[in-house]
Amino acid sequence: MFPSFLEVMKTLISGIISGQILTAIGASLSRLLIGFTIASVLGLFLGYLIWRYKLVEDTLGFLITALQSIPSIVWFPLAIIWFGMNNMAILFIVTIGATWTITVSATSGFKNVPRLYQNVAKTLGSSGTHFLRTVIFPSSVPQLISGLRIAWAFAWRALMAGELLGAGGGLGQLLEAGRSLGQMDLVISVMIIIGIIGTVMDNFVFLRLESKVQKKWGLS
Amino acid sequence: MYLTIEGIEKSFSHQEKGQIKVLDNINLEVEKGQFVSIVGPSGCGKSTLLYLIAGLEHADKGEIHIEGKKVTSAGPDRVVVFQDDGLFPWLTVMDNVTYGLLLKKIPKKEAELKAREMLKMMHLGNYIDSYPHQLSGGMKQRVAIARALVMEPEVLLMDEPFAALDEQTRMVLHKELIEIWKKTKVTIFFITHNIREAVLLSEKIIVFATRPGKIKATFTSTRMKDGFTPNDSTLFLEKQILEVLQEEIEKVLKEEMGDDYNFKTDNLHRDSSDNLGSHI
Ligand SMILES: Nc1ncnc2c1ncn2[C@@H]1O[C@H](COP(=O)(O)OP(=O)(O)OP(=O)(O)O)[C@@H](O)[C@H]1O
Ligand SMILES: [Mg+2]
Repeated sequence: MFPSFLEVMKTLISGIISGQILTAIGASLSRLLIGFTIASVLGLFLGYLIWRYKLVEDTLGFLITALQSIPSIVWFPLAIIWFGMNNMAILFIVTIGATWTITVSATSGFKNVPRLYQNVAKTLGSSGTHFLRTVIFPSSVPQLISGLRIAWAFAWRALMAGELLGAGGGLGQLLEAGRSLGQMDLVISVMIIIGIIGTVMDNFVFLRLESKVQKKWGLS
Repeated sequence: MYLTIEGIEKSFSHQEKGQIKVLDNINLEVEKGQFVSIVGPSGCGKSTLLYLIAGLEHADKGEIHIEGKKVTSAGPDRVVVFQDDGLFPWLTVMDNVTYGLLLKKIPKKEAELKAREMLKMMHLGNYIDSYPHQLSGGMKQRVAIARALVMEPEVLLMDEPFAALDEQTRMVLHKELIEIWKKTKVTIFFITHNIREAVLLSEKIIVFATRPGKIKATFTSTRMKDGFTPNDSTLFLEKQILEVLQEEIEKVLKEEMGDDYNFKTDNLHRDSSDNLGSHI
């Protein structure tokens, strides 16, 4: 039932050369990037509202903690009803998978800005959006990065699940295509690619960024 | 009078003990350009008073006025050197020092020139592009002092600014501070645990009593200031201040140690006449 190592390698390389795998990677990553960007903007904004307004914290803040515990693929049926079985539906679950986590980490990042930094900025004359931009936000960066890392993992998983079930010509769909054609070598090739992308993002992008920031911010 | 503090009261709520009164009926008048030191046992509310003047805390009772204007919030006319450096770790030394200047709408070129000069004065000329995490504790504190001084505020509030520095640096900075003070006639509030430092630098020395914080005694010294040469009269003043402070320290020790305290204070008397209270 398993194809030989050589066969997998051949499919992998020819898939990359023919562009089949590369196109799939491109489709998946661009979808991920769009969803992740929306989630970041949304998460930061919601985090700001929760941090800023007690009323929002008591209502939305509580709701988001609950929403966070729902695996994002659970939203898929709803997404299909709303958007149809298409790109939008996948984008939706990718976004929703990351948004809550980013919101929660933004909220706690903003809340944990040391009093001392705030006092320094205020006595030097900072206020309003300048204060947000130069103190609250940069001071939260370490926590935001940790949040983004976890959010990215959620979004990545949601993306694969969505593509596998849905459409849109990404890696997940290629996986499904390989299965329906009985092409095990293709399935395993795609699995390898998925593993590599996940590892690279986590270890080389996020972990590295995280430790660099923690050092600079004097947290480690 | 330039700065008046009238009937200030401040309490903090404490989880177990309920409301704790930290400052009780503080009254103080300060002339423009005066150098005022505050000494007192740890936890007596010195920092709290400084925060009130800075506008970072609000009093439960009483008012603070500067040039007749009531202090209601923080502003760049009253700059603070905090007990901990409070440098922004995401900014370079240069950007930390120019932070307030740029907020004052000073052109970037001019701000950087000023910052560079001040950093050189603090012997940090080689660290202008470093990040705070690359500096030692004493260096960070000096950057924080530079950040406050470049602002050329009306009132400079300093919370144990030199506590983390070595003796040599401290002496150099005493001189620089006196120079700047003479040149700019800034009004300075200076908290310290070091009685000698207080006597050498300031014109007015306020000794705080503790629990609740109150002004226990006020001393004045009007001699020429150079910031580092003790003479007969400063030594005499140091002695007087130490005596007053001693009672307060004993009060704290008595509370904290209970019955053991008689035994311990015997040692304290001998120690502190050498160290002049730098241990409190
Ligand atoms: N934000 C706060 N909330 C609750 N209690 C506080 C707060 N700030 C200060 N206190 C309490 O007020 C008292 C005085 O604190 P403060 O920092 O003014 O003392 P201090 O005289 O500066 O002491 P030190 O010499 O050790 O710096 C302390 O008992 C402290 O626990
Ligand atoms: Mg203090």
